[in-house]
Amino acid sequence: MDHRRRVFVLKAGVWLACLIPLGRVTHRFFLGDGLGANPIEELEHWSGFTALWVLTAALGVTPLRRITGWNDLQKVRRLVGLFAFFYAFLHMAAYLALDQFFAWSFIVEDVVERPFITVGTAAFLMLVPLALTSTRGWIRRLGRTWVRLHRLVYASAVLGVIHFFWKERADTLRPWYVALAVGILLGVRAYFALRARWRGARA
Amino acid sequence: MHIRRKKPWDDVTAAEVTPYETYLDRRRFIQGAAGAAAAVALVPDSVAGALAATGIGQEEVTPYEDVTSYNNFYEFGTDKSDPAKNAGSFTPRPWTVEVAGHCAKPGTYALEDLVVPGDVEDRTYRLRCVEAWSMVIPWQGVPLGTILRRMEPTGDARFVAFETVFRPEEMPGQRRPILPWPYVEGLRMDEAMNDLTLLATGLYGRDLLNQSGAPLRLVVPWKYGFKSIKSIVKISFTAEMPANTWNVMTPHEYGFYANVNPEVDHPRWSQARERRIGEFRRRETLMFNGYGEQVAHMYAGMDLTRYY
Repeated sequence: MDHRRRVFVLKAGVWLACLIPLGRVTHRFFLGDGLGANPIEELEHWSGFTALWVLTAALGVTPLRRITGWNDLQKVRRLVGLFAFFYAFLHMAAYLALDQFFAWSFIVEDVVERPFITVGTAAFLMLVPLALTSTRGWIRRLGRTWVRLHRLVYASAVLGVIHFFWKERADTLRPWYVALAVGILLGVRAYFALRARWRGARA
Repeated sequence: MHIRRKKPWDDVTAAEVTPYETYLDRRRFIQGAAGAAAAVALVPDSVAGALAATGIGQEEVTPYEDVTSYNNFYEFGTDKSDPAKNAGSFTPRPWTVEVAGHCAKPGTYALEDLVVPGDVEDRTYRLRCVEAWSMVIPWQGVPLGTILRRMEPTGDARFVAFETVFRPEEMPGQRRPILPWPYVEGLRMDEAMNDLTLLATGLYGRDLLNQSGAPLRLVVPWKYGFKSIKSIVKISFTAEMPANTWNVMTPHEYGFYANVNPEVDHPRWSQARERRIGEFRRRETLMFNGYGEQVAHMYAGMDLTRYY
């Protein structure tokens, strides 16, 4: 298989993998249990949970590339990141349109007065400029600023995890799984960054 | 069919409740119709329920499937679908209840001796969960006061404490320290003796399923659902206010009283509105869940913001 073909297969695979959660929930809705007794709540939980894991996967692309040396992985980083934004957008839309039905006074009250929603909103808003500036043109125009701007993704992931912890009442098992994954990935990045600095200092 | 006087809490009357058999027929009809038209088959039941509920002023009883598949019963797992999945191996019979504390007749009672068939009544109540969703459930049970009076509480009995069974071998949720097991709850004596307070043994005319708190559970319709403790094995008359599990867990979020109150928000969400299961739009939450006439006098002069 030539290189271009391999990259195509990789991209197609990532597309499919990222669409699996959407496919499964659609199947459940139309042919399964209709998402149970409280479909709106189920959609909110599902989209939030999926957004966090896809975002975690996006954070994992660079460390995986560096560890494996498989440089083509860099070509799917934007794709995974945009899918994370897509699911986060669904999460936000489910809350605004289905759960609250655009009851803005209640929405504002939630965002202002309830820390877990404040934090979740911040996590989502941070992803918006990243999604908007993900095109080739913006990457070129922003240059080094782009790199700095896109470090927001770390803050977004951390806030997303905090949102998940604060949302759960008692059983924090699932938030801990995501926290562990995000923690490891941030740790790997910190390790690479420190190693680079250390090497630079010695040279 | 038994005939009885209309009671003040019957704002959802027995006549409005679909009899279980008719309800089953209706489901079969819907399923049949769905089979005939492919387009209809694609509409899930929950959506059909939501559509049916919109524009109808009166309160519809929540479908049996929803009542028995969407449960907060952490003893069987923390997802609302977990209890229905994990409660199958629970053995609700034989069952005994220990009665203890300040009363003349403490002891261990068999369920059959505690709940006599002749005392069982139908009560259709709203159930408002502290998580801001609600249902309308046709319960069967005995007014708690009827049973408590038989135990002849003494003058020192100012509160009633309840305890859920602890059986980690049958209740997978209890194998992890999610909550301090066993689950405990409590009521003030006047609340326990209130006409509305029910010890339920059934719903929709059938024995309680394990996920609904079989074989015996409390139903306190003007309080958030977590007060309505399930699978009760112990009832004690106490002089001091007993502990209740969620208050022990997060005292700033859950109080002892837990009266449904649209004006006192949960720290993490508004209590002003709720989603009735099966409906799309949220509806306004009613003070004392709409049972103010029967219960508000018990809290006269109390600061309900402080005693939430």
